[in-house]
Amino acid sequence: MRKNSTKLIFLGVLAIISILFFAFYDIKGGFDYAFPRRMIRVAAMIVTGAAIAYATVVFQTITHNRLLTPSMIGLDSMYEVVQTVIYFFAGSMSIWVLNKYLNFSVAIIAMVLFALILYRFLFRADKYPVYLLLLIGMVLGTLLGSLVTFLQVMIDPVEYLSLQTRLFASFTSVKADLLYIAGTILFIAFIYGYIIMDTLDVMSLGRENAINLGVNYDRMVMNILILSSFLIATSTALVGPITFFGLIVANLAYQYFDTYKHSVLILGASLISIIALVGGQFLAEHIFELRTTLSVIINFIGGIYFIYLLLKESRSAG
Amino acid sequence: MIEIKGLTKRFGKKPVVEDVSVKIEPGTITSFIGPNGAGKSTLLSMVSSLLDADTGEVLLDQQDVRKWKSTEFAKCVSILKQANYINVRLTVRELVSFGRYPYSKGRLKAEDEKIVNQALDYMNLTQMQDQFLDELSGGQKQRAFIAMVIAQDTDYILLDEPLNNLDMKHSVQIMKILRRLVDELGKTVVIVLHDINFASVYSDRIVAMKNGRLVKNGPTHEIINSESLRDIYDMDIPIQEQNGCRICVYFNSHT
Repeated sequence: MRKNSTKLIFLGVLAIISILFFAFYDIKGGFDYAFPRRMIRVAAMIVTGAAIAYATVVFQTITHNRLLTPSMIGLDSMYEVVQTVIYFFAGSMSIWVLNKYLNFSVAIIAMVLFALILYRFLFRADKYPVYLLLLIGMVLGTLLGSLVTFLQVMIDPVEYLSLQTRLFASFTSVKADLLYIAGTILFIAFIYGYIIMDTLDVMSLGRENAINLGVNYDRMVMNILILSSFLIATSTALVGPITFFGLIVANLAYQYFDTYKHSVLILGASLISIIALVGGQFLAEHIFELRTTLSVIINFIGGIYFIYLLLKESRSAG
Repeated sequence: MIEIKGLTKRFGKKPVVEDVSVKIEPGTITSFIGPNGAGKSTLLSMVSSLLDADTGEVLLDQQDVRKWKSTEFAKCVSILKQANYINVRLTVRELVSFGRYPYSKGRLKAEDEKIVNQALDYMNLTQMQDQFLDELSGGQKQRAFIAMVIAQDTDYILLDEPLNNLDMKHSVQIMKILRRLVDELGKTVVIVLHDINFASVYSDRIVAMKNGRLVKNGPTHEIINSESLRDIYDMDIPIQEQNGCRICVYFNSHT
């Protein structure tokens, strides 16, 4: 335990260093102009990073699978559907796009509704094994993806260009007002997480052991599925989808900490993701000079890491 | 007192447990025996509320187990299933400490630590308490899980084939420990057993099932005789007395 707290402090220091670098490195022109803008982006990265890390760790606890993330069950596709439908029917100059609040809330509501309908009403998550839900989620995700492609080929090419910028994660243009909403959602989610922290530890022992120890397992699974959908929806609506990111940070946290305690895992994964986002964005801006975007780097590294994990799993299974 | 009343469970259309009613006597070891697929494990899962029954009810102290608050229920009844695969890395001590969760919610007090120490001691695990579960043999792992259940300190302990993966020595050790739990601490143990001789030697009462139905229920000496066993297993099993224990010699019986 002592060793883990040292590791957490180390990650915390690293996170602060990368934030300081990002905030003060090569600040030219008006400090008063650049500094607040940089801080907004840092805040966006902290909120997104923590939300994705948190959502992925708890999601993997209830699915007992370290290769699945909530983004993979169709939430990212739902985001694309919402944006594409808006561009297709209303256009890029409509209030649905120009009013950031409206766009943000519509996206969150649609994604959470999607998850709710999937889990609560359509398939009664408490009656079916979670794997069935995941498979259905993936199938629905593919279906929605095809729908998106269908609408996109019919859209006006200029509109399509503008739509595309929305479908890639970006930290360069985050509105401060949205951050307050996203930050509040994250804050509430973390309070809930603090309350259920020990229950999560017990749930990692599996359904039967958890029920034996007095956990209302099926209801908790439902709550956590909804919680993780909320978190992913918030981060996606804020900056766009980063599919592989949760997978990387959660698995790095498992490897680095080697504990079952969710208090350590969630905090650790959040810190790792803050370091990766802020540090990565710093590299993208100052080393690669914006010739590439962070989400491309993340998905590139994440994809390789995913294959590595698959190979490792199959080797340990064989 | 646990009372099972008219319990039925179907998987699809096939009834796995059909209209079973049993009273579990407190302060005894009750063995569930019967051929494969008789519904013993399913019955045990329903008693421990891991599985919902289709019809019928299970009463714990006169109250339906589904109406019990899950934390309170976990302080009265514990269950250990036969397949215990855990995909997180835990030490033996950490696993056993989880047994205190219904009481301490993860924040162990001095008293909890004491009970964990006793449970480890009871199962002879004190020396390997800091080893990781995935480094242990099947038998050692099984003992660690039983220690967790002991740390849970419930009046009723339900075990689903706890002797799986265990060699003779450890099987005997575990049955002796269960006997001590009943005789010294007044616990009630319900156990699904495959080896009928362990049931014969160590249990007070036997509940025999076949094709989802209850076929025999009574004190051990009334069940362990060739006639009753033929009804249960469709085999002629000679029985020999050995130091007051009835041993079923089934190895070369006609089937």
